[in-house]
Amino acid sequence: MQKDDFSNSYVVEGKLALPYTYFAGRLGSTFLTTLRDQARIMGVRCDKCGKVFLPPRQTCERCLEDIRDKWVALESTGVVVNFTVVRQQDKHLPRKTPYVLGMIKLDGADTPIVHIIEGVDPDKISEGMRVKAIFAPESEPSILLINHFEPAA
Amino acid sequence: MGYKNKNRHVGIVGIGETKFSSHREDVNQPEMIHEAVRQALDDAGLGIDDIDCVVHGNMELFEMVHQPDMWHTLGTGAYGKSAFRLTTGGTTGGTLVSGADNLVASGMYDVVMAVGFQKLQEGHTTGGITNMADPLWARKLQSGALTAQAAVKVIAEFGEERARRAAMTYRIIMDKHACKNPNAHRAFHLEWDQIDDLMAHSPPLIGDLRLIHMCSQSDGACAIIFAEEKKARKISEKPVWVRDHITVHREETLNLANNYYPIDTTHRFAAEKLYERNGIDNPLEYFDVFEMYDPSAWWGLDWLRDFFLLEGDAHIRMVENREIMIDGKMPINPSGGVISTNPIGATAMIRVAEAAKQIRGDAGEHQVPGNVEHGLASSFGGTMWTVLTMLEKETNW
Repeated sequence: MQKDDFSNSYVVEGKLALPYTYFAGRLGSTFLTTLRDQARIMGVRCDKCGKVFLPPRQTCERCLEDIRDKWVALESTGVVVNFTVVRQQDKHLPRKTPYVLGMIKLDGADTPIVHIIEGVDPDKISEGMRVKAIFAPESEPSILLINHFEPAA
Repeated sequence: MGYKNKNRHVGIVGIGETKFSSHREDVNQPEMIHEAVRQALDDAGLGIDDIDCVVHGNMELFEMVHQPDMWHTLGTGAYGKSAFRLTTGGTTGGTLVSGADNLVASGMYDVVMAVGFQKLQEGHTTGGITNMADPLWARKLQSGALTAQAAVKVIAEFGEERARRAAMTYRIIMDKHACKNPNAHRAFHLEWDQIDDLMAHSPPLIGDLRLIHMCSQSDGACAIIFAEEKKARKISEKPVWVRDHITVHREETLNLANNYYPIDTTHRFAAEKLYERNGIDNPLEYFDVFEMYDPSAWWGLDWLRDFFLLEGDAHIRMVENREIMIDGKMPINPSGGVISTNPIGATAMIRVAEAAKQIRGDAGEHQVPGNVEHGLASSFGGTMWTVLTMLEKETNW
């Protein structure tokens, strides 16, 4: 039989729904409500290794210490430690392309978060660039309570 | 069968179980898992640095999370360690125990932590479970996990009245046990005089399977730490030994009526092989406690016959005479079993954890009275899968 002969090869069509909910937990919820009500970004510090984590987490991944109560307020300014330029438009994307997705390490944090960087030419973005968070007051409780980051002085 | 004796003894040295519930809005998945992990580490008196390898499992797709083992490292503590993910449906918890036991027995790792979890409240179980059927031959024909098949079978053999009464007796015994277990999800405080009322009025699900017969959908996690013999004796004052385990899988729908395999249920097949190779002639005499994966009262009632290799109505009489109660001749599920608590990926592991607690003698209010030396734990998954695990107080077998 020829390699590209697909006659008499029936394909079963199927479709599965994947509905789900996700519980942010008390820690994640506190992060979101603080962000929403006070426009403050909070991380947690591990006293054992000194690392400050953003997003916050209940346990230090290295020490497995319980750090759920070790809140520290972070600056809304930080530095771009990595980035990519999204150029391929697709309907699920949060912005019209081209736009920049950056890894931003906030001042006071040891771990970066991913967010959108606006107000800069995608071809001019660079690692080490200083940025600040622009908050979105009317947003649903999600990471998009930070609308985006943009260049800071 | 390819079975060989174990390379070295493996002991359970730490056990952790969350409180089981259908309301855990307060924690995300890694946080919930961590409750069991922390408890197991504290129980063993170990730190995360003492764990060589983490084995993680749940029922696939039920939370719609991709690679949950990776994502849950914050809860399991697997960062930088050897780690495996095992998922075999309902039997996952039993497979986690088998896998961890094999990893330690083989000599590859000295101390292994197994973690089973499920957070059914977040997911969509029917969407997940429908995937298990063969897309061409069965998916458009099958239903989910609800079935009255065992009820039909027991009623056909023993008559409506006797079968229904025995199933409801089984159900009430399990509830009485659940009421003693602070971790149990559903404990209704049912009374014996409710049997007739429940038989008549509990909302029917399918045929003779009523709501009261069926297990809950629970959230929770279970963690067990396994260690090789020398370390196990050092870590724990009363390690519980994993003597043997057997896994039997079959695609029931397609293979039930062919001649290639024995037509025994996987439960009976597993039990026969396991007892035979361990020289156990009378399992009812030998075991002091049995934690059975009993997703419904009908299954629990019917499967007693298979697991103890009984004939005739011996299993029905065990229930009618309440011999399966916590202080009876053969205590079944002093924890309240799966009907009370079913966080699927953790469920089968809870059976082993609970049987081990019984052997340690520290199960609390639901401790079986008297000396518990030999424990049996079963796992069940769809379509008909069995993992059967034997636990021992001593290593004198």
